[in-house]
Amino acid sequence: MLQIKDVSKSYASHLALDHVSFEIPEKSIFGLLGPNGAGKTSLIRIITQITGADTGEILFKGERLKPEHINRMGYLPEERGLYKKMKVGEQLLYLAQLKGLSKADATARIKSWIDKMELRSWVGKNIEDLSKGMQQKVQFIATVLHEPELIILDEPFSGFDPINANLIKDQILELREKGSTIIFSTHRMESVEELCDNIALINKSKKVLDGPVKTIRDSYKTNTFLVEGKGKLLLASPDFKVLEQREHHGFFHAIVQILDNQSPNVLLRYMLERVEIHAFKEKVPSINEIFIQTVTEKVNA
Amino acid sequence: MHKIWLIVQREYLTRVRKKSFIIMTFVGPLLMAAMIIVPVWLATVSSDGEETIEVLDESGFFAGKLQDKGELKFHYVQEPLETAKKRVTENENSSLLYIPKLDLDNPQGIKLFSQENTSLSTQLNLERMLKSEIEEQKFARSGVDKAVLDKIKTDIDINTVNLKDGDEKSSNAAVTSGAGYVGAILIYMFIFIYGVQIMRGVIEEKTNRIVEVVISSVKPFQLMMGKILGIAAVGLTQFLLWITLSFAVVTLLSSRFQTDRFSDKQISQTMETMQDAGQAEKAQEMNKIMSALDNLNVPLLLGCFLFYFLGGYLLYGALFGAIGSAVDNETDTQQFMLPITIPLIMSFIVAQTVIMKNPDGPVAFWMSIIPFTSPISMMLRLPFGVPGWQLALSMALLVLGFIGTVWLAGRIYRVGILMYGKKVNYRELSKWLFYKG
Repeated sequence: MLQIKDVSKSYASHLALDHVSFEIPEKSIFGLLGPNGAGKTSLIRIITQITGADTGEILFKGERLKPEHINRMGYLPEERGLYKKMKVGEQLLYLAQLKGLSKADATARIKSWIDKMELRSWVGKNIEDLSKGMQQKVQFIATVLHEPELIILDEPFSGFDPINANLIKDQILELREKGSTIIFSTHRMESVEELCDNIALINKSKKVLDGPVKTIRDSYKTNTFLVEGKGKLLLASPDFKVLEQREHHGFFHAIVQILDNQSPNVLLRYMLERVEIHAFKEKVPSINEIFIQTVTEKVNA
Repeated sequence: MHKIWLIVQREYLTRVRKKSFIIMTFVGPLLMAAMIIVPVWLATVSSDGEETIEVLDESGFFAGKLQDKGELKFHYVQEPLETAKKRVTENENSSLLYIPKLDLDNPQGIKLFSQENTSLSTQLNLERMLKSEIEEQKFARSGVDKAVLDKIKTDIDINTVNLKDGDEKSSNAAVTSGAGYVGAILIYMFIFIYGVQIMRGVIEEKTNRIVEVVISSVKPFQLMMGKILGIAAVGLTQFLLWITLSFAVVTLLSSRFQTDRFSDKQISQTMETMQDAGQAEKAQEMNKIMSALDNLNVPLLLGCFLFYFLGGYLLYGALFGAIGSAVDNETDTQQFMLPITIPLIMSFIVAQTVIMKNPDGPVAFWMSIIPFTSPISMMLRLPFGVPGWQLALSMALLVLGFIGTVWLAGRIYRVGILMYGKKVNYRELSKWLFYKG
């Protein structure tokens, strides 16, 4: 869908993006992650052609990015904003028409979205009369109304209560089912794992890692297992290393790393003879842990 | 193009539908009409009825000579000054004109006693009447026949005629400059009122962050252009409504006042019937103004007015937009407003002095050629006749100037609208101009 090739961008005083390249597969949800000020918004602005890259290029479905592609994208900026004095319906119609929809098409689609988002009774109200969450919903509708092939959402869940966040989450998943590609920029990791198929992590203007969520997590596996059971766990084998161990009323909880690429069965077998096992689970790092690990690593380096 | 049109529509409709716009549209003409009518009305109201003047004439020169005139009624009395004074103090509406024994060559000691302050017009009236009466007496004394003197008295009135282009046009410096002046004032007001609206609009979009959404759909240039054109349309609508409504209100209210008394026929009638030659003179002057108005090249003036009106507005509108995009809120605009307002105000001040005095001089020439001052300066020069090549040059430069400022503003706008929380100075601005897109 989108190939970002060696993109750099610098502002007067600092480098915002430093030779960033990655690829966003079609019909997937792509997480663009990074701490504040890493360069996510700069990259998004280049994709949405608000600004241009200094070097490098971006291919949209194999074509070099050009102004015509704009109408095939939808962008929800992190800094939300609508015309305060305009009515909800008019506002949506205006923004949809700016995206090239005809008036009739836009009106029909606005209707169905208004119902989906439970905003029916607010259509005739001015934006300034709406609560912040409702304004966000309106803005979300404005982003996806023209059924863009590429949807870019910058922190889409900020400002939503859990119920509305779920509503938006469902809509995002539905949009993917319908064939849209979604770029999802955030520094909150909770939502990433349940939504994203692929991610790229940007830190300090540089891409530090990218790929499918599963592959990344697997690559951060350290052959570590969580064990719980009854008895007293005493591991005295050179094949294993106990990273953490706690005992409580005769029950234990431990994190064990298996060395030398041994199979977990070796550990199990070893333990079965000595303690009663209640749980045994591979410990795969969460994206959050990977994120923190990668970011702090870079800082220390 | 289609998108610019959409933006124009939005800018136009949201503004036109605002309550303040509707209120101003209706209140504006009322205010304007009031400005025209209230002074007239006040003038008719303020004359407060008859004033009786008792004349105690000890000199004997004026016996029976002071005729009642307008609201002044004369009443001759013969009694000692003290009793007359006492009586006047008891009566509010009368005053006492005391004329002692006079030396005609040095008339001194004439006094007017009244309970209230005498109005200046009454005083002037009396002085004039006494003066002419004394003059008559002096003529009589020196043996000059008043009729002969009246014959000698001559009235000179120069009709200025403009010989340009072969045909004679009667012109009138006051009228010509007046026409230009009105046009210049309108341009000046329009640029300021609606230029600032552009600036506010940009700041508003910037502060409520809508701009990022819009900019991801349209180019900054389109957004700025749509805004400038949309607000121009709002301004034009308001002006047209004002003109129409004011005209209606004035016509309606002044239908009671005789406004056609300046027509030619009326004037000759007035001349015949009116004893007072001053009135007739006034009417004739008015007639001259009317004919000078007729002889102004109205289509040219109007066409040029529209051109400079729009050209000036667009030129400055782009700059106002650029200012709006460079700042975060209106209080920060001051330092950038100054360089924009200076040429405008300067052309206005210089206009009143240099251009009006010498509409073909070098200052007038240069100011009407340079785009920043030309909309106002050229309007002032136009009624006096401007060579075609100067007009063409000025217009061409204004168009170029407009393209230039829009380009300039577009560069600033593009960077500025996404720049938050940063106080911008001129050095910063000049850097923005050369940022790569």
